[in-house]
Amino acid sequence: MAFISRGFKGRRREGAPSGRIPPGQYLADGFPVLSAGPTPRTKLSDWTFSIVGEVDTPKRWTWEEFKQLPSQEVTVDIHCVTKWSKLDTLWRGVAIDTLLEGVESAAEYAAAFSDGGYTTNVPLEDLTGGKGWIAYEYDGQPLAPEHGGPARLLVPHLYFWKSAKWVRGLSLELEDKPGFWESNGYHLYGDPWREQRYWGD
Amino acid sequence: MARAAVLGRLTWRLAEVREVLPETPRVSSLELQVPDWPGHAAGQHLDVRLTAADGYQAQRSYSIASAPDGETVTITVERLEDGEVSPYLVGELRAGDQLELRGPIGGYFVWEVATGGPLLLVAGGSGVVPLMAMTRVLAAAPSGVKARLLYSSRSFEDVIFREELDRLAGLGKGLHVFHTLTRSQPAAWKGYARRLDREMMREVAWPADQRPLAYICGPTAFVESAAGLLVELGYEAARIKTERFGPTGG
Repeated sequence: MAFISRGFKGRRREGAPSGRIPPGQYLADGFPVLSAGPTPRTKLSDWTFSIVGEVDTPKRWTWEEFKQLPSQEVTVDIHCVTKWSKLDTLWRGVAIDTLLEGVESAAEYAAAFSDGGYTTNVPLEDLTGGKGWIAYEYDGQPLAPEHGGPARLLVPHLYFWKSAKWVRGLSLELEDKPGFWESNGYHLYGDPWREQRYWGD
Repeated sequence: MARAAVLGRLTWRLAEVREVLPETPRVSSLELQVPDWPGHAAGQHLDVRLTAADGYQAQRSYSIASAPDGETVTITVERLEDGEVSPYLVGELRAGDQLELRGPIGGYFVWEVATGGPLLLVAGGSGVVPLMAMTRVLAAAPSGVKARLLYSSRSFEDVIFREELDRLAGLGKGLHVFHTLTRSQPAAWKGYARRLDREMMREVAWPADQRPLAYICGPTAFVESAAGLLVELGYEAARIKTERFGPTGG
């Protein structure tokens, strides 16, 4: 028989919609912050976003140019590996599909890179087809620095560490190379519905 | 070792609670006996999973407070009044109970003797727990690494590990502990008596030219502030490691 924690009843959350909280997660009220070091402060005048790596012609936008790109408003559920989930979060950003228009590449993976040296790896097919964005607004406001502003990757169907804060570009890769947390014990892919938290999950 | 310890699949293990040690009115340490524990490094955490009779489960992560010691692992837990898991761990669990867990987890916010120093540890509230593991490792071995701990608590009775920190600092092994009490102080208190600020950080922190290694753990606003102050003091961003407690938790 499975183990039962003596005396534990649990507090099932009222109003937690079934089917929207992955296994091992709980519904959070606030917006917790997780990062490994100091919050970088990059001036918008110094900010650029680049598509580099396995591409014929790298692409680059300044902040002004980036804000001119067609943007989308998306409402998504997010799931952090530290166990909290947050439902119906509202973002505005540029779809990765838009950024990759006209890009010729044999790459099947992307490495997102950020101010502060953070990197994370994501299969390209998890960023395209309406599944990934570079977000610069949260809840109708410019994205706060502690939450990854001026812009962060948004890949809501994977654990939220994949949604790299302070993102400055994507490097298109032929191989799936572990990024920062993926080299420090966390899962290479990170599907919350399969509870892929750590190496070997 | 941190790397090796997380290499394999992290399987759920049934630990036995050896002892529940009250540390402060809201914080207790749980000394656990974990069969086949693979070992850990200071700074790592583990996941706890509770299962109700009807199969409902809840998981949370807790920092490990103890230095590596065979199959004995201690976590130190703050009871959050609106929490789901921490009131069970701190209020319900007692010696002889079993607890399901897996770990150790995390290969970044870790310190081992070989990592070197000088070390600056900055703790807010129960954020002291993973830093306590580092302090205990430091005190256990003659490493020659110098360390300073700056520890912010609300009041004297909220200081976790107070007596042990006094004792470890008195061993003459290069550990210095600086307390600040932000809300209330006992009579004749000689430590700091305010929230962490630039002047305090400048007085306590190693000069940046010694290339110190900083570990900061606490609530988000505290960590943001402390990390920002160290960047201002010239610390290399890559040598400032942070771990945060969000506004939620368990």
